[in-house]
Amino acid sequence: MLYVLQTALELGFQYALVAMALFLSYRVLDIADLTTDGCFVLGCAVSVTLTAAGHPFLAIPAAMLSGAAAGFVTAFLQTKLGVPSILAGIVTNTGLYTVNLMAMGWKANQSLLRQDTIFTLFRDTGIGGDWYAILLSAAVTLVMGALLVLFLGTRLGLSIRATGDNRDMVRASSINPTFTITVGLCLANAMTALSGAVVGQAQKTADINGGTGIVVIGLACLIIGETVIGRGSMLRGAIAVVVGSVIYRFVYALVLRSPIPIDCLKLVTAVVVALAIAAPTLKQWWAFQCRARSARKEHR
Amino acid sequence: MLTLTSVSKTFNPGTVNEKTALSNLSLTLEHGDFVTIVGSNGAGKSTLFNAIAGDFYVDSGSIRLDGQDITFQPAYRRSRVIGRLFQDPMRGTAPHMSIEENMALAYLRAGKSRRAFFSRVSKADKARFRDQLAKLDMGLEDRMRQPVGLLSGGQRQALTLLMATTVPPKLLLLDEHTAALDPETAEKVLRLTREIVSQSRITCLMITHNLQSALELGNRTLMMDGGRIVLDLKGQARSGLTVEDLLRKFRENVGAGLDEDRILLS
Repeated sequence: MLYVLQTALELGFQYALVAMALFLSYRVLDIADLTTDGCFVLGCAVSVTLTAAGHPFLAIPAAMLSGAAAGFVTAFLQTKLGVPSILAGIVTNTGLYTVNLMAMGWKANQSLLRQDTIFTLFRDTGIGGDWYAILLSAAVTLVMGALLVLFLGTRLGLSIRATGDNRDMVRASSINPTFTITVGLCLANAMTALSGAVVGQAQKTADINGGTGIVVIGLACLIIGETVIGRGSMLRGAIAVVVGSVIYRFVYALVLRSPIPIDCLKLVTAVVVALAIAAPTLKQWWAFQCRARSARKEHR
Repeated sequence: MLTLTSVSKTFNPGTVNEKTALSNLSLTLEHGDFVTIVGSNGAGKSTLFNAIAGDFYVDSGSIRLDGQDITFQPAYRRSRVIGRLFQDPMRGTAPHMSIEENMALAYLRAGKSRRAFFSRVSKADKARFRDQLAKLDMGLEDRMRQPVGLLSGGQRQALTLLMATTVPPKLLLLDEHTAALDPETAEKVLRLTREIVSQSRITCLMITHNLQSALELGNRTLMMDGGRIVLDLKGQARSGLTVEDLLRKFRENVGAGLDEDRILLS
């Protein structure tokens, strides 16, 4: 059980950055950004390749920068070239497949054998004992979350939030939506790539298909978190994605240990995601049924 | 101050839906002018505002503001010095952001250091917002952390007015900004408008369908029809004018009655 908890916390914190990126693009900016899958692999590939070359620390900012570049392409397509936002993400995502192969030296996967990663280096310091991986993942995620919340309170951050909240207002204010959307998407994809970079170094491997379905999982984490923590301030939102991500990974780890065959995992994921997203609607429907039934009883 | 020279705009040219919205229109405003605009449906009042604010670029003619040619400046650049209120109170504020955050946005965007992307509002700024909100007399100063979406239409419009003028713009465009409010709230927002505009001596253009307030407010009244200004009243010619006079003058100039389904005669 302790092992399940440890796995859930470690993966939860690592993948929470994807949910945080979706919080920024989907909730704050109100754009469904489908660059996520490819961008996650891009971060992973850049990170693992640089780590293999002996630069585990440089790998992290490099991965974030590459993610921001992917976000810039998506933003450029939709703001300057008039490509609808969902299509823009899909187009970038498709192109990223080749870019990711390139980043791994034209191989479909890349593994680390004895090279130092930020995780092995941190383990060697002895901080955290058995919990070192969780500690490091949590630190990265929480620092990123704190920076995001602080950023959303600045002039630029407020402008980005207004862009997603009321386009009419933005048009009549001195906010340039092209600029705010570009900054927002660059930032979101930098966070997705950071997640990929951390996961890659933790698992010592990058795979060209490692990002399939990441966007759906991230969305599920976002919605689970919002169901549990609630919506409202930016701080609440940032906490919600982390909590949602840990809960999702915990359920996932339980499913892995249950007698459900491993081949069914994707289906189980889809069901969990669908249930999480449907939860508010189901809750409303149930409350309505209860009210209607009690009203009928009274009239009888 | 504001000079429009022979401005024209035709929508959907060359199609059956072709519509000349502005036709060779020229207009000059002086510093501190408060101009009211009345006219029939489709006279081009809102189009005139859209042209000044930069929602579209005019087909011909030029627009100058304070000596600067803004004819081809994009809307977001112009809005640094042009404040704007719409008829729909929902359009001017971000509903999921708090009152404080909306104020901060308005304050920071109009601030002097336009490149300071990472500037935040200080405690002193927040105290200033509080004072400004208190002047609205709507109890908003105690609800600064609530999302704007919870406010009524009148409260949102008053807040929008405050946001548009917190750093006084060179020009304020009011597009029937009280038309969607109930009479009492409309009166209040109008009074606030008058106070703020005269206090900060903001040059102001206001579209209204209330002929009485068109004559009462400001120092100049324009009548529009068919994308042109058909009547320009100021000074002696305007003082003592009644609504009946205005309607008669309109008929003389246009050759038809004022046709506006929402017009208020009193």
